[in-house]
Amino acid sequence: MCRLFAITSKDPQSPMLAIKALDVMKEGHDGSGVGLLLQDLGGTFEEMKDAPILSGIFTEEGICRLDLFMMKLGFMTKHKISLKPPKTRVEGIPRRHIYLIRAYELPEGWDALTQEELAVKLLEVRLKIREMGEEKNDMIVFSFWPDTIMLKEIGDPMKLAEYLGLDRKELEARVIMAQGRQNTNYAISLYACHPFFIKGYCTMTNGENTAFIPIKDFLSSRNIPGYTGYQSDSEVFAHILHFSMEELGLGIDGYKHVITPLQRDDLAKHPNFEFLDHLKKTCRPLIIDGPNMVIGTLPDHSMFMVQDRKKLRPGVVGGKPGMFAFSSEICGLDAVIPDRDKTMDIQPMHLDTAIVSPERQEVNICRQTEALNLPL
Amino acid sequence: MSSNRSLEPSSLSLNDLPWQIEYNNDRCTLCGQCTAVCPVKAIALHPFQKRIVKTSVGKNAEHSNAYDTFYGIRQDTRVENACIGCAMCTLVCPNDAIRPKRNPGLDRMKFHINQHGIPRRRGGRRNDSGSVLDRIKFTRISMLTDPALDAGRHEFEMSTLLGRVLPPRENMKCLREKGWIPPVREIYPLIIGGMSFGALSPTMWEGLQMGVAYLNEEMGMPVRICTGEGGCPPRLLRSRFLKYVILQIASGYFGWDEIIHAIPHMKEDPCAIEIKYGQGAKPGDGGLLMWHKVNKLIAAIRGVPQGVSLPSPPTHQTQYSIEESVAKMILSMSMAWGFRVPVYPKISASSTSLAVMNNLTRNEYAAGLAIDGEDGGTGAAYAVSMDHMGHPIASCVRDNYLNLTSLGKQNEVPIFAGGGVGKNGNIAANAAALIMLGASGVQVGKYLMQAAAGCVGTEEDRCNVCNLGICPKGITSQDPRLYRRLNPEDVAQRLVDIFVSFDTQLKKIVAPLGRSTSLPIGMSDALGIDDKNIADRLSIKYVV
Repeated sequence: MCRLFAITSKDPQSPMLAIKALDVMKEGHDGSGVGLLLQDLGGTFEEMKDAPILSGIFTEEGICRLDLFMMKLGFMTKHKISLKPPKTRVEGIPRRHIYLIRAYELPEGWDALTQEELAVKLLEVRLKIREMGEEKNDMIVFSFWPDTIMLKEIGDPMKLAEYLGLDRKELEARVIMAQGRQNTNYAISLYACHPFFIKGYCTMTNGENTAFIPIKDFLSSRNIPGYTGYQSDSEVFAHILHFSMEELGLGIDGYKHVITPLQRDDLAKHPNFEFLDHLKKTCRPLIIDGPNMVIGTLPDHSMFMVQDRKKLRPGVVGGKPGMFAFSSEICGLDAVIPDRDKTMDIQPMHLDTAIVSPERQEVNICRQTEALNLPL
Repeated sequence: MSSNRSLEPSSLSLNDLPWQIEYNNDRCTLCGQCTAVCPVKAIALHPFQKRIVKTSVGKNAEHSNAYDTFYGIRQDTRVENACIGCAMCTLVCPNDAIRPKRNPGLDRMKFHINQHGIPRRRGGRRNDSGSVLDRIKFTRISMLTDPALDAGRHEFEMSTLLGRVLPPRENMKCLREKGWIPPVREIYPLIIGGMSFGALSPTMWEGLQMGVAYLNEEMGMPVRICTGEGGCPPRLLRSRFLKYVILQIASGYFGWDEIIHAIPHMKEDPCAIEIKYGQGAKPGDGGLLMWHKVNKLIAAIRGVPQGVSLPSPPTHQTQYSIEESVAKMILSMSMAWGFRVPVYPKISASSTSLAVMNNLTRNEYAAGLAIDGEDGGTGAAYAVSMDHMGHPIASCVRDNYLNLTSLGKQNEVPIFAGGGVGKNGNIAANAAALIMLGASGVQVGKYLMQAAAGCVGTEEDRCNVCNLGICPKGITSQDPRLYRRLNPEDVAQRLVDIFVSFDTQLKKIVAPLGRSTSLPIGMSDALGIDDKNIADRLSIKYVV
């Protein structure tokens, strides 16, 4: 089972904090990979919140092809961090040419686009780069979105962080998500690494998704750009989140009603019975059935945790005003925020969604039996 | 027959019959129960002669030659009286003196069951025990990476939806704007398929209805039963139990005069309306209730004269195209209940099923599609239709589901599969396999007759006289002397047993696959089979 750690803080923090937590939870992951999401960035990127940032891994040829492609579209580099791997190899980490984090100036005319149109365009660009990369195996792209950096690589999290020098100031962020991977496949595809990102929505999960095939079939037949990939059964959690909030207009309190709806008797007693009954029926193929704990972030930088219907996986949220962490194990939380009031730690149960809003003052628990903030 | 007589072409010997009576004269008390119970008069009390020759080695001893007469049971070899293997004689014999035995050789009688130019007709099944569904295994067992669920202790929700489900966004819009949302019923995924009042005896029908009511009201299982094409007793139409009933309309429209007239008096809407266009056992052929079974009660409910055969046309004769026969009929039936009742067609599995499905996806009033495979049962049909016409259910369901998936409508138009579910007794495994291939639920008939009422039919051409009204168990007979053998309360009790045990078995299948809170429709990654061609055809795993 993978180990997960996420932190949301009013002051920018180094990703090393999350790596440290993963290291403490080491017995739960086999060092076969790490995935990192940084949002609400500090450092240099703080001054360019609207500039889309491309994160990925490139070969020498790949970077040339990328430059050509982006120039053709009219993108200009605004700022970049190139994580050039050191010359000495570290066992277990593949040799790469460059880990690129590059902020772009939008092409002329794109400024006039609405947020929605811009989101579609950015997604199209990312998917195109991914497609080009898959053709020649020279580019892997994780995200192309403002104020967002993603990094995924094979190897032990701590060794990798030291190898790439992730302790640098310009990588500091207020929202950090990290996954220490427990590999269950022989071949490791970086596209199968958590967290998964789509248009500002990001999730990571532990546990297997037993209803993966019907969910994947449903999502990929929606004709919604970006609902592709699915190298991992957990990628669907991010897309369901996007689907519930963007396509259906639900709030975060509705997400759990989509993936783990209430059963008949509880539903009948719910104040929004009629709405939820329809939601359950129409979104039936999106019901997850496996043992899963999901940690996610939203475009407004809220962070949340939900459990499966039976709460079969561990998960804890704790912290202090200004800084809260979401961890799959308590030891991870202890390592990062030891000075918190531990009696206030929350382990969300089968009906709960634990949410920390962008103000980062407290953990809100939304119980599934409570009335919803409906879009109606 | 003496050896110097001429033979008729259809003169058969015992050796030519499919079933042969094994009779033990030593144990027989000549009580006559077997001959009385035999539905086809295949056996009769008969005098036999025995020559007793007494010789002696003594010089002056007397020799004698006497003829003794004794009585025993003789099997008739005429085609119309050939033993059907029902074994009622064995059931009633107090001394275990008699039993039918399947002839292991070639059944020569098959060449002669067309006397007077009438081909063989029968009820029952295809008489082929082969089953792809039985061969499908559930191979994706959660192990260590993913704890398996506990079928005995975890919560489960094994229901399904019958009705047109709108896409989520469209549904929300209709809800917001108070538009029409197609009716959707949450039901148990094992549905009692259409067996008409008429095809079934009154005691069987009553037993099934009582069992369904009990399952719903006492066990909390939303089990539904389809009437078949034969109307519905007026009291049921006007009772609150109608909500557990799917009313079927087929090409003969039998009983629909009564149903239409009852609409204003209905306390509850029926669960759904099934429009039958085809039956898996005899595709391209209409329903058939032979005159033997059309008694006063049946005639009254169906609105026909007594004692005439009731062959439904092969298709709905008033309509001439798919638009007519599907779209308009669905719309008319929907309208009759104010668009509050789901209406769906039932067709026999066929290589043309996809065309029907494609048509339904564009019809927002179509509440689903029931597909009946070649292994489905029937109360009466020509043997040639049952034996040689039809399409297996597995690939038909799979094709239709994958077609829906490619259109993005897999949750919108539910598929209900029938035909051979549990034909060899593996009802839960067969149902689960069909669900994971893409069915939203399964319809079952023959299995229930066997398990709930003791139907003696098997896949070895045993009994199969449902068409003649002489069902020895009283399941498909309209003769009070026969149907009194069946106690409706016993049928109801057995029905409850079956559904409760099915539910446990279904959980025992889905829990190890890590599923519990939603029916694993289309979870094809869980399936495997030891035949590469079948695996490829069904897009499931090949496992050896």
